[in-house]
Amino acid sequence: MIAEIGFVALSAAFVLAVYATASSAWGGYHERPAWVQSARSAVLLIAGLLTVAVGTLVYSLQQSDFSIAYIAENTDLAMPSYLRLTALWGGQAGSLLFWAWLMSCFVAAVMLGKWEQDRDLMPYFITVATLTTGFFIGVTVFISNPFARLWLPPGTDQLTVAFFPPAGAMLYSVPDGNGLNPLLRHFGMIFHPPTTYLGFTGFVVPYAFAMSALISGRARDDQWIRTSRRWTLVAWGFLSVGLLLGGRWAYDVLGWGGFWGWDPVENAMLLPWLTGTAFLHSVMITERRGMLKLWSVLLIVLTYSLALFGTFITRSGVISSVHAFGKTALGPAFFIFIGITFLGTMALMIKRLDLMKSDHEMESFLSREAAFLLQNVVFLAITFVVFLGTVFPLISEMVTGDKVTVGPPYFKATAGPLFGVLLLLMGVAPMIAWRKQVAARLGNRLMAPVLVSAVVAVFWGYTYESPWVAYPVLWLVVFATLAVLMEFWKGISARMSQGENPVAAFTTLVSLNRRRYGGYFVHLAVIMIGLGFIGEAFFMKQTQGTLAQGESLQIAGYAVRFDTLRQYIGADGRQVTEADTSVLRDGELLATLQPRQDFFSEHGQRVTAPDAYATLGGDVYVILIGWEDIGMGGSTFKVYYNPMITWTWLGSFVLLAGTLVAMWPQRAGRSHRSYVLNPVTPGPKLDAGGAA
Amino acid sequence: MKRGALSILAAGILVLLPQTLLGQESAPSDDQVNEIASDLYCPVCPNTPLDVCETLACSEWREQIREQIAAGMSESEIADYFVEQYGERVLAKPRTSGFTLVLWLLPVVGIGFGVLALAGVLRKWRREPDAEAVVAPQDQEGSVSAEARQRIEEELRNLS
Repeated sequence: MIAEIGFVALSAAFVLAVYATASSAWGGYHERPAWVQSARSAVLLIAGLLTVAVGTLVYSLQQSDFSIAYIAENTDLAMPSYLRLTALWGGQAGSLLFWAWLMSCFVAAVMLGKWEQDRDLMPYFITVATLTTGFFIGVTVFISNPFARLWLPPGTDQLTVAFFPPAGAMLYSVPDGNGLNPLLRHFGMIFHPPTTYLGFTGFVVPYAFAMSALISGRARDDQWIRTSRRWTLVAWGFLSVGLLLGGRWAYDVLGWGGFWGWDPVENAMLLPWLTGTAFLHSVMITERRGMLKLWSVLLIVLTYSLALFGTFITRSGVISSVHAFGKTALGPAFFIFIGITFLGTMALMIKRLDLMKSDHEMESFLSREAAFLLQNVVFLAITFVVFLGTVFPLISEMVTGDKVTVGPPYFKATAGPLFGVLLLLMGVAPMIAWRKQVAARLGNRLMAPVLVSAVVAVFWGYTYESPWVAYPVLWLVVFATLAVLMEFWKGISARMSQGENPVAAFTTLVSLNRRRYGGYFVHLAVIMIGLGFIGEAFFMKQTQGTLAQGESLQIAGYAVRFDTLRQYIGADGRQVTEADTSVLRDGELLATLQPRQDFFSEHGQRVTAPDAYATLGGDVYVILIGWEDIGMGGSTFKVYYNPMITWTWLGSFVLLAGTLVAMWPQRAGRSHRSYVLNPVTPGPKLDAGGAA
Repeated sequence: MKRGALSILAAGILVLLPQTLLGQESAPSDDQVNEIASDLYCPVCPNTPLDVCETLACSEWREQIREQIAAGMSESEIADYFVEQYGERVLAKPRTSGFTLVLWLLPVVGIGFGVLALAGVLRKWRREPDAEAVVAPQDQEGSVSAEARQRIEEELRNLS
């Protein structure tokens, strides 16, 4: 009964999405506000109906209704209720429903927001947004239905999965379900998928705004850019946090020593992040100087297409083999939809090319605009190499028939140096004036941070016994950090010279220029996050050995001692083998770690749970690899020393804080400053204090 | 090709050798094995490096690497052996020959093209400077706050 409610709600939402797409387009084209109003109501109703559908699935999950195929496949009776909730996104059908629901909520939230200035954009915004949402709802209705049930047709013992009963079949409820994939039975799975999905689905808002501006011919106005920038920041913030949570989950659960493996699924999440970041920067030039309009639209289209592409390759199984592609209708459906989205958008952009002429032109190679443009090109270059490396195995399989692997060495060699260029730009660009920068003056300004950072980097590299290739990287890190801190100091010292105390100067400075200083916080966060990657690339150490009780492995000045081993059966039936180890330095006990291995006999799956002793300098990360069953004398451990990885996790908090600062609405009145174009734009320096 | 065949032969002989003969004096350490295994990918599990893969098959492959090191094979010889057996997909770093050369060349070509395009756009923009912006009046004095002006003065002092 409950499954029927869910399915009816889902089907009704689909019908409404089709209706809203058509009526908003009709209303927009013939300028009939009533049709648009009706489409707007449909959008709100879709969000409500999908909430009902998600609610029924969550309820059925909690009730362990094993007559629903999705629930029988992804949960079992032994699961705690928080894991039953995560099962909503633990399998394919549920995650697609969850996706559609989040997207409908975003679109509904935009509908409820202010439309005074964007009224002309509303019709086609609804058209584009509900077309996409409708596609996802359609997939859950027709291809991957989370409410499909198990039926026992007469005369066989083969169960059929369908929503509507086959002739004469009886509803069948299995006694117990399969349970969730053991790797997903982790606390982090509560937060990582929803955050990532919020990031992905959120990009529909700027995309629909951009499309609407193009269709309605309002692309010359800058208003839509302002509105969509904030929504992009929301989506971008969620996606960033989602990526970091995913890294943390890999670090805690997968037990291979690292947090980022350049796996196709990880890359698929990174790609829209890269273009989204480029968009957030290019949009600043568009707002400020009326330049790069076409480019900004292109970036947001690319971001949205890549978000769809990410879902496609993670959900269709195409990345493990091209042969997995045709197994369900899902892969082809996504492929066609992405193709139509991308080509349709491109055609529209070409048709509206005249609308996106720049108001101003670049005046100098050495200007903030040029630096932004270069930064955008570098971001696109990284996107290109990551995309190429991710899809190359498919291309190779199609062209030559041979499967190849594109592993971390490729991405480090190609994307690594490009990230270095970004670090450099991050430090230099804020010091370059808009329009035109006098080179000599820039040189003077750069002198101090360049020299200081060189000295610090040499000292740092020397104490860390750095390989020579890492010295320039350390220099870049220190330089970029100094440059960002100097930007803060410039503003604070100016306010302090007016007699404000340092704390007040800092808070007023940030609160009066939220976008700017929020952005600098994010820059600092990105440097912190980068430290973990740099540590992994240049300073990581690892060792492995079989130890008798009382013996130790030595790594990076630490000793990891094997104390004892025990085995027991966990609550959900897992067979746990757990070791007690001690981390010592110069004979002093610092921590005891319990790395373990869980064996799930019903899935035949083994899960390695590492344990780590974390410091700001680096983590001692211990994995239990093997043991002797008899006597428990010798156990094999792998120990990693992961330098600076804690900075990556700390950086995620700074990133979140910075994003929130940048997103927070400025008080009314002041908010008009940034987009009303002024022939003479005050330099960025004035901006810091001039707002007072 | 010939080297590959030889290494298969060498590995075959090694398996046949009694354990006692295998250098008790210099059994390759786990770290030596992992160093080579980390550049290889598990031939059966998708996207899992050989040094971290937990399947039984992979631990046997690691033992095989240990025997190959003991037999004096170099890292590239061992990699060649695995490629011969399981195909190029065992390599974490695709080769710079054959079809995978495309993978290494495309970024160079793409980025080179991007830089040229960027330079072209900037040059074009510079040739047609924006008239409106150039003649724009500079009398924005009134809108600059006292505080900002003080900072400008301060910076000017620093310059001189």
